[in-house]
Amino acid sequence: MATLNQLVIGASIGAVLLLIALGLTFTFGQMGVINMAHGEFIMAGAYTAYLLQPLVGTQSVLVALPVAFAVAGVLGLILERLAIRHFYGRPLDTLLLTWGISLVLQQVARDIFGAPNVQVRAPGWLTGGLDLGVRLPYNRVFIMVLAVGCVLAIWLYLTRLRHGRRMRAVMQNRQLAAVSGVATERVDQLTFFIGSGLAGVAGVALTLIGPVGPTLGTNYIVDAFLVVVAGGLGQLRGAVIAAFALGILNSFVEFWVDNGASLAKVVVFAVIIGFLQLRPQGMFVVRTRALS
Amino acid sequence: MLTVQGLDVAYGRAQVLFGVDLEAPAGSLVCVMGRNGVGKTTLLKAVMGVLPVRSGRVHFAGEEITGLKTHERVRRGLGYVPPGHETFPQLTVGENLQVAAEATGRPSQGAVDEALDLFPALPVLLKRRAGFLSGGQQQQLAIARALVGRPKMLLLDEPTEGIQPSIILEIEEAVQRLHRELGLAILLVEQYLELALRLADRFVILDAGEVVRSGDRAELRDPSVHALLSV
Ligand SMILES: Nc1ncnc2c1ncn2[C@@H]1O[C@H](COP(=O)(O)OP(=O)(O)O)[C@@H](O)[C@H]1O
Ligand SMILES: [Mg+2]
Repeated sequence: MATLNQLVIGASIGAVLLLIALGLTFTFGQMGVINMAHGEFIMAGAYTAYLLQPLVGTQSVLVALPVAFAVAGVLGLILERLAIRHFYGRPLDTLLLTWGISLVLQQVARDIFGAPNVQVRAPGWLTGGLDLGVRLPYNRVFIMVLAVGCVLAIWLYLTRLRHGRRMRAVMQNRQLAAVSGVATERVDQLTFFIGSGLAGVAGVALTLIGPVGPTLGTNYIVDAFLVVVAGGLGQLRGAVIAAFALGILNSFVEFWVDNGASLAKVVVFAVIIGFLQLRPQGMFVVRTRALS
Repeated sequence: MLTVQGLDVAYGRAQVLFGVDLEAPAGSLVCVMGRNGVGKTTLLKAVMGVLPVRSGRVHFAGEEITGLKTHERVRRGLGYVPPGHETFPQLTVGENLQVAAEATGRPSQGAVDEALDLFPALPVLLKRRAGFLSGGQQQQLAIARALVGRPKMLLLDEPTEGIQPSIILEIEEAVQRLHRELGLAILLVEQYLELALRLADRFVILDAGEVVRSGDRAELRDPSVHALLSV
């Protein structure tokens, strides 16, 4: 039973990781940007939920989701316009730049909200759980449903809508997209908006299972990067599998081993390094005749 | 229709084009020729705004386009087929065309149908991923993609390079038809004299980044031209 419990916890963390990793994998796949400040969009989303609570009341999570998406999305867009776009295609430079920005944003949060963690109260219908022999906490189920919904929406966007098609085109061959008449800069902005917005949504999800603090994003960003690398860059399917695998692996190691939190990290790192030894390109590789 | 004046282009510190002039009147088919590495691809990329120019001007359809972004040039009616049969490999053939059609801002099924009409092999492949087509099919797709925006002028960079002979013929016929029947202005980079003799109204020969010869088709038979093209 405890096993099933860990599975649910792990899967819900995996769901959050997935939401975070999607933005990272898109911005890396499309623009060659390693965005360390992505974690701070998670934080921004979480604080958005915190700020909305007194205004909206206990149902605030439902309002917070779209608002946090917009807030984090706009923050991402501002960051892209002001700084990151000058470093496109230079992953190491963007890494350093955004790492610095991430520290600045954390300090800004500390100045505004104070260093101690704050709490967002979940609405009544998300407390408690469903008893099926094993207890399924409603908040964790909600997070999983949320992630699945977001992935589905992204998938529909990428495959069915004009803007999504354009985004895939830019990701696959930027120069060809430009000479086909696509305004690639506009596509980049939209990608940044959506990717950052999803991190904001992840931030709201995290308020349902824990406190909110200035370093909230830092706790998840490394794992999210591991998801991106293991899943294969720019690959939706790979990211989905890697995120849930990582979340569940983490949760089991933490449970089985006493004092497991830090050991879990070590084990997860080892597993991923081993995996990447076998498949340096990640889980799914783009295989076409064009590349051979 | 397209006028290039005194174009200098460099990759970093290495200058590749030196004061290139070129004139392609409406409805003409101009062949850009020259050995490997003389700057033909660079010239086309500079015209498309893919590469920045160091100095010189490009005019198209009565307007200076030197400072415009690539997609703005496309929307003004320049179609471009890069070398090496490039596609969006993970998109289907249909999506490859759709992306280009939608990018013009006024997607038209008519334009897509016309482009497909030119290459009878493509319509049955619409649902296949472009990356899995043969090189020749990819090249046909690449040309169709450049046409769905209904360009006023088409820039083709060695469309028959590395393509199986049967498809070379189809591509040559398509280019003929675009030029003769539809009156499309075409700038064609081509290394093979035979093909140029069949297609071109006029030609320009580059050597080491400079225009060393230009003239109309008849002059292509001149022995001195041969010397400029042979390795
Ligand atoms: N990306 C690049 N960086 C540096 N030099 C380049 C690049 N692309 C082409 N060149 C150089 O520019 C010159 C012209 O190349 P290119 O325009 O491709 O010639 P062509 O198409 O006539 O074969 C060559 O000497 C080539 O080595
Ligand atoms: Mg070339």
